[in-house]
Amino acid sequence: MATLLEQAEVGPEPTSADLGRNPWALAGRRLRRNRIALAAGVLFLLIVLLCLFAPLYAHDVAHVNPFPPNLNGHTVVNGKVVAVMQQGGGTLHLGETPIGPTWDLGHYFLGADSTGRDVAALLLYGGRSSLLVGIGSAVLCCIGATVVALVAGFFGGAIDAVLSRIMDVIWAFPVYLLAISLATELLTHSSGFQFGPLHVSATSLWTPTVIIAFIFVPYVYRPVRGQVLSVVNKEFVEASIAQGAGNLRLIFSEILPNVVSTVIVLLPLMVATTILTESALSFLSVGVQPPNVSWGTMIQDGTSLLYTRPWTSLAPGIMILLTVLSLNVLGDGVRDALDPRAKVRVEG
Amino acid sequence: MLTFIVRRLLAAVLVMFVITVIVFVIFFKTPGVDPARAIAGRNPSAQVIQEIREQFGLDKPLPVQYGQMMKSIFISRDLVSYSNQGIKVVPEIAAATPATLSLVFGAAIIWVVMAIAIGVAAALLRGTLFDPLLMVLALIGVSAPVFWVGQVANMITQGGLHSTFLFSWVPPLGYTPFTQDPLLWFKGLVIPWITLSILYIGLYGRVLRANILETQTEDFVRTARAKGITERQVLLRHTLRTSMITFVSLFGLDFGALVAGGALLTEVVFGIHGVGYLTYQALNNLDLPTIIATVIYGAFFIVLANAVVDIGYAWLDPRIRPT
Amino acid sequence: MSEPLLDVRDLKVSFRTEDGLVKAVDGVSLTLYEGETLGIVGESGSGKSVTMMSVMRLINDPNARFEGEVLYKGRDLMTLSKDQMRQIRGTGISMIFQDPMTSLNPVYRVGWQIAEQIRAHDRISKQAARARAAELLAAVGIPQAKDRVDSYPHEFSGGMRQRVMIAMAVSCNPDILIADEPTTALDVTIQAQILKLIRKLRTDFGTAVVLITHDMGVVADLADRIAVMYAGRIVEQGSRREIFYDAQHPYTWGLLGSIARLDRPKPRRLAAIPGQPPSLLRLSPGCAFGDRCVHRFDQCDEPPPLFDRVGGQHLDACHLEPKQKKELRETTIHPELVAEAE
Repeated sequence: MATLLEQAEVGPEPTSADLGRNPWALAGRRLRRNRIALAAGVLFLLIVLLCLFAPLYAHDVAHVNPFPPNLNGHTVVNGKVVAVMQQGGGTLHLGETPIGPTWDLGHYFLGADSTGRDVAALLLYGGRSSLLVGIGSAVLCCIGATVVALVAGFFGGAIDAVLSRIMDVIWAFPVYLLAISLATELLTHSSGFQFGPLHVSATSLWTPTVIIAFIFVPYVYRPVRGQVLSVVNKEFVEASIAQGAGNLRLIFSEILPNVVSTVIVLLPLMVATTILTESALSFLSVGVQPPNVSWGTMIQDGTSLLYTRPWTSLAPGIMILLTVLSLNVLGDGVRDALDPRAKVRVEG
Repeated sequence: MLTFIVRRLLAAVLVMFVITVIVFVIFFKTPGVDPARAIAGRNPSAQVIQEIREQFGLDKPLPVQYGQMMKSIFISRDLVSYSNQGIKVVPEIAAATPATLSLVFGAAIIWVVMAIAIGVAAALLRGTLFDPLLMVLALIGVSAPVFWVGQVANMITQGGLHSTFLFSWVPPLGYTPFTQDPLLWFKGLVIPWITLSILYIGLYGRVLRANILETQTEDFVRTARAKGITERQVLLRHTLRTSMITFVSLFGLDFGALVAGGALLTEVVFGIHGVGYLTYQALNNLDLPTIIATVIYGAFFIVLANAVVDIGYAWLDPRIRPT
Repeated sequence: MSEPLLDVRDLKVSFRTEDGLVKAVDGVSLTLYEGETLGIVGESGSGKSVTMMSVMRLINDPNARFEGEVLYKGRDLMTLSKDQMRQIRGTGISMIFQDPMTSLNPVYRVGWQIAEQIRAHDRISKQAARARAAELLAAVGIPQAKDRVDSYPHEFSGGMRQRVMIAMAVSCNPDILIADEPTTALDVTIQAQILKLIRKLRTDFGTAVVLITHDMGVVADLADRIAVMYAGRIVEQGSRREIFYDAQHPYTWGLLGSIARLDRPKPRRLAAIPGQPPSLLRLSPGCAFGDRCVHRFDQCDEPPPLFDRVGGQHLDACHLEPKQKKELRETTIHPELVAEAE
């Protein structure tokens, strides 16, 4: 339906700067004008950078190796040397309690966890895992779903029917159920998997990555297939066929470029979703496995310290919240930029 | 219309069947997993394992095992859990269902009411500060992991502020059946209800606002205004009626997924022993019969919800009805 | 002459956009008398729809700015409260739109939709409203009206849907019916039927009609008076006879030249107006049509005022002398006739 201006028979007139510019450049310009989305993008990048510098922080700033338990360790608080685990802390008197946040960047900034490890350093390392799994699975998912959608939409008929039914069955599983089932299954293979020359350990980050990518393929498949179908029927494809283009050329030159924008819009939102899923799986101990740490595992670890040292759970949760929030805002901005004719801009 | 419904339901049954087969295969056929070993416990001798295999019929061919399991679930209803042989699985699930239903129904009522309020308010207040404010709140609701929100809620209500008048009424974590103590049932569910609904309020509030704004540009809304009916009638009868179609179909799917055990994170965090909690425990213990049974339970509701939504969609939008 | 039913005085409508101020309607004045049919002709972007939507105050865009007066039976509609305006819509002034497929709500039966309008202005029972709806459907030529009252919009063809729209629009006996491109989305054969229906309304009920179109052929039969719009302004206005036989503005000549006429010899080529409509963001200070006008001369750098240069009610906005216009007109509209004569 037409926007009011179109109803008024006034279309946006191309300015001389616009003429000749391809739609991607125009979209980029629109995105750049959306300051909130840009701010969100910057926030996300900052978080990524921060986590990338985890080793730097751990070695050079906090001088800790955050992974092995540090029950007998000591650190400096207000100039005094203090044991990391303290006797009988808090109202619950549960034996030893780790120190709380010192707000000193060089010494246990956010305190210690139940095995004496530096929470701040773990937070950054955990971010690495969460982001790797999140981004990796989202990308894998989008690629996989696009391939299947292209095949189904392009060839149509029985192939489409079979593929779509398979997708329906996968999607019929409650998402977490499927993920937990697969994860539980795969984790019992303590010796890992052999793919020809490649050996993947069961506790590698690939396991949750692949699982999460797999369970969300139907979700991305549906809209992409819809887009493929609408493009396949357009006249320029017919024209290309009339010119003698083969199947592969059609798929790559005509259909794929027009479908890419749908995937690009979905990508930030998928990363947001996968990060949330990974944190849930890790919280349930079927996601990222030790020795790796993720924000989800940290929240799980923080459960025992919930009332005495809340920051051990608050910090990773806040990081997830900020990361996912920035991705959602960015995703909205990308969608608005790529589709300005969309009747509604969610930011208002 | 009737044939449409029947066909939809039959397709649903077929999908369910396929799902149970797949789950069965995942858990019984994957190399490296030996159910008998899992049941046998610590350091089993080969003979014990063999005995267990015979006792549980694990040495029979797979289709037979499948058939037997289906039979004991549906017909004789005496399927026994692997991890605790004293417990019959089907009654166990039946006992856990009220907890899940209480949680999900309560949360659903809250989220539908709040989401409609927020969505409509944001759309009507477009151009003022309230619109982006509400949408940011909604986004935060969507972006926070639900189990973490539950933890934070516990942190506040059970921990530091528990002694204050604000939260002293919150009972310890766990579920009390309605029949046992209605007031306690209610008090124990309030925080879980709010926690679970936050995510969905955010999601549905945004969806509804987007749909309303989109529908408002439709030609038939313009016609409705041109007819001279009041703005409120335009909103309720024309704009909302159409925008709610998506809302209602999404709701059906999400509600179905939650009843099917999708609320397991909330159940685990709040110690509510519903079906989701049961599923999680079963998976942890590799308690295969319980897993299969909960998956069937879950798949049934999801598939039912899908079918209901399809049918409901046709009822809501006359254009889709088969003529 | 009696008071005009609708008196639009110097209406200006502009939209604030990212790229600047778009002047969709730039000082339009129109009058409509009881029972007459006014045709507004112009291409896309001329501002014809925005003018009439502004009369109905159906433009809700927060970026829209309105100036001028719209007097309906003496009251300025631009100053009315929302509720007062609402009461006029449907009973005083009604509007039908271009695309009947999307203009009707797909989830409600047509009888219900017609009844909704009736009951918004008249306290009658549901059954009575439904019966009236059935009568209206029959009056607009829907066969088996009593049964089709319960049909959904998607169960009608395009032409039938437009009839339903018309039935709904006249259900409360409005003084004015605004028809915004009512036939553009329909087949040519159906077009004729719809126009016939609109004419019937005029004769049976005495409704005044504003017919918006880009097609001169549509107004040739129906309109008593015609206003030609270009780039948000009226460039010529007069009776049907005056416009078709004594057009004064080069744009009107262009429009007339592009119609195939049955009463003249077949031209080898229909004359087209060269160029594109101007961007409403950057209107030239002089005559808006100047850039495309083959007869442009120096004075055209000044905005041509709209007044009657040939006397009577025939107004035009062109600096050319009436004598020059007479000469140039024939060559512009029918270049091939002139070539043959030479």
